[in-house]
Amino acid sequence: QPSFEAYFSEILLCKNELNNTLNNLSHWMKDENAGKNLVTQLDSAFIRKDPYGVVLIIAPWNYPINLFLVPLIGAIAAGNCVVVKPSETAKSTERLVAEMLSCYLDNDCFAVVTAGVQETTRLLENKFDYIFFTGSTSVGRIIMTAAAKHLTPITLELGGKNPCYVSDTCDVQNVARRVAWGRFFNAGQTCIAPDYVLCSVEMQEKLMPALREAITEFFGPNPQESPDFGRIVGDKQFRRIRALLCSGRVAIGGQTDEKERYIAPTVLADVLPSDPAMQEEIFGPILPIVVVANMDEAIDFINARPQPLVIYAFSCDSKVVNQVLDRTSSGGFCGNDTLMHVTLTSLPFGGIGNSGLGKYHSKFTFDTFTHHRGCLYRSMGREALNAPRYPPYSQQKLGLLTATFEIKRKGMCTLL
Amino acid sequence: SGNPYAGLVSRLRAAWLSGKTRPMEYRVAQLEALGRFLDEKKQDVMEATALDMGKPPFEAEFSEIALCKNELHEALNNLSHWMKDKHVDKNLATQLDSAFIRKDPYGVVLIIAPWNYPVNLLLRPLIGAIAAGNCVVIKPSEMTKNTERLMAEALPSYLDKDCFAVVTAGTQETTRLLENKFDYIFFTGSPSVGRIVMTAAAKHLTPVTLELGGKNPCYVSDTCDVQNVARRVAWGRFFNAGQTCVAPDYVLCSTDMQEKLLPPLRKAITEFFGPNPQESPDFARMAGDKQFQRVQTLLRSGRVAIGGQTDEKERYIAPTVLVDLQPSDPVMQEEIFGPILPIVTVANIDEAIDFINSHERPLVVYAFSSDDKVVNQVLDRTSSGGFCSNDTLMHVSLTSLPFGGIGNSGLGKYHGRFSFDAFTHHRGCLYRSMGREALNAPRYPPYSQQKLRIVQTAARVKRKDTCALL
Repeated sequence: QPSFEAYFSEILLCKNELNNTLNNLSHWMKDENAGKNLVTQLDSAFIRKDPYGVVLIIAPWNYPINLFLVPLIGAIAAGNCVVVKPSETAKSTERLVAEMLSCYLDNDCFAVVTAGVQETTRLLENKFDYIFFTGSTSVGRIIMTAAAKHLTPITLELGGKNPCYVSDTCDVQNVARRVAWGRFFNAGQTCIAPDYVLCSVEMQEKLMPALREAITEFFGPNPQESPDFGRIVGDKQFRRIRALLCSGRVAIGGQTDEKERYIAPTVLADVLPSDPAMQEEIFGPILPIVVVANMDEAIDFINARPQPLVIYAFSCDSKVVNQVLDRTSSGGFCGNDTLMHVTLTSLPFGGIGNSGLGKYHSKFTFDTFTHHRGCLYRSMGREALNAPRYPPYSQQKLGLLTATFEIKRKGMCTLL
Repeated sequence: SGNPYAGLVSRLRAAWLSGKTRPMEYRVAQLEALGRFLDEKKQDVMEATALDMGKPPFEAEFSEIALCKNELHEALNNLSHWMKDKHVDKNLATQLDSAFIRKDPYGVVLIIAPWNYPVNLLLRPLIGAIAAGNCVVIKPSEMTKNTERLMAEALPSYLDKDCFAVVTAGTQETTRLLENKFDYIFFTGSPSVGRIVMTAAAKHLTPVTLELGGKNPCYVSDTCDVQNVARRVAWGRFFNAGQTCVAPDYVLCSTDMQEKLLPPLRKAITEFFGPNPQESPDFARMAGDKQFQRVQTLLRSGRVAIGGQTDEKERYIAPTVLVDLQPSDPVMQEEIFGPILPIVTVANIDEAIDFINSHERPLVVYAFSSDDKVVNQVLDRTSSGGFCSNDTLMHVSLTSLPFGGIGNSGLGKYHGRFSFDAFTHHRGCLYRSMGREALNAPRYPPYSQQKLRIVQTAARVKRKDTCALL
């Protein structure tokens, strides 16, 4: 990972979460007063923010610090004890986390576990009070099944193929730069990277030189020599992504170097839905372009597939962007850019369907790891107020009871 | 052969994809139709629940009709506000953009309802699901046959058949139903079936709300108004003949308090139901023979201090109080869900709290004390779905409080706004401009320290000064 990218995604974004949390913790922790009805007017009704207890955080390898630290910040803020399981695929970071974290956190309440697949299965047999998992859809199913045995609530941050619709009305150079940035950041190993482009055949023509220009601006004439372009994390992933290159036609890039686990920033043109690159989340520096006739076809294409973590739509026409948003379903959405929505700690971040369940970032992380406990404090006295509810029942009592509990329909107003 | 419900689910999914359920006017129309159902079918609801479990008409009208109407009005009064895009704070980099949370429906959701409040526990989630814009498959309980029939026959004539369907199914068929992919599953029932539902949901990564159960402890401290406590605990325990997920399941108190509680409990029961509760029109029956037999077995625990009579023909179990219990007694091994109140003696509040914490987390913890500090301690040192001091059941009447369990008593929450949120996907959205590319320049490679500094400034959240005065 280039150090700029590491600093931004692994340090800066984490510090933001930390500072946001520290700035707001006392407010988030407070009992939240709740509205009362007539019968409880004199009582105290509030929501108590209780920690769940002992929670488990399982992190992936692509942003190995950020994707365990940001959930961890919320879990600690919410008052839990935590078992952290960093990814065994990013070995150097795993070792760093395992050795260093215990020097900073209270070892009584926080533990780091290094575990491969087998051991993680054994770990999951234990009862946790919450499980937060970031990773693939298939492993997400395994986690949820394990959690079901203990009725453990979960957040699953999974993945999918994030479509990127580019309408005919756009600034092609800006689009190319923004899409290339999102696709090639961390050599494409980003759960919210634009996975593939949907556009007309004319737009594909226009995009190609603009994308070529953006890639050269970013990484120079030979990206393999650029210090600013990442590598694939492991041999297995390298081979998997390389196999996807036989899709459509290589219009830009396509070079690979197995020794370095280098795959060039690549754009594939004329890709068909049946091509290998369209069968799985790419998670690498390859951008397929799939041609569609128009926006309706693009929307149908998106809706015929599992719901992704994010949908991107590029258009100068806000009506187009609105239509894509209104007529599709996804974890999140960003118009006219990529990746940026996750830099806002005020937006909930999470998937839907195959891309996950639950949400986090900032207050949403605190809320994820918090049990919202509805509380009512009544008086030991004032028994007369309770009289209408007791048997023996009567119509008169029912009338009184309904009156004191009732929520009326407000007068309807056609002016909204 | 295919799944028997595949056709139904795919029909509803087609309706969902058509976008029919999304406009506010549509949702309001469906919700208003539910209001008409509650008004026009009130008598039928009361008759069906009377047949199914001897539910007194007062209880049926209050819990199955009035509380549902409250939920309905709450939704109708607030729907346009709940549905709106919620604009959120932006950082420096996104100052000129539009950032908001879009409230998207999940799609086709499944609601499985239990038998004890068969209308309330079906309609309250349904109101949230419709308000949130979903299509719904509704599965009422097969245990309460009269109410099941009423829901299956009457409800479809009020709701849009394209988007809402009632399915009658026993255990086998429900298993087949759960093989289908739903976009959300809302289940109310027992923890053991909750596990089955969540495991089935896991295959499709379907998010769930599980409203389950447990043994709700009721701590009574030595400082209290014994008569009021007795009346409030008896009311909570014997409402619907104890078949209430938030009923006080057992009392924890000192031996002195146990002595003091018995006469007022006896008095309260007589006040409520007369000298022979079996003759009272205000006391319900067990919902089925299986329930009756299960609850009857629990009577062989400790010593019967009040009640204890049963009548199998009527599925009647008298309002009963048991004393001299051991933690190993049958009545302490499972959620009672019947009109039996065991009293377990403890030395003091610490022992009571330890007792509560050594058992599965319940749906609600009750604590009775004139001393606020005692109530606060029980709240602070225990964990439960909800909490109510100095009364029973009342916290669920407030639509402003989230209602749900923790651990074995469930996951997720609903009621009021929380119902709408349960069935809503909160979609984080950012609308940027096609232009203003200069603002993005610092983030692009080739990277440099200068660019990093600019990016940092634009995206950073600073730590506010810590102030010792709070």
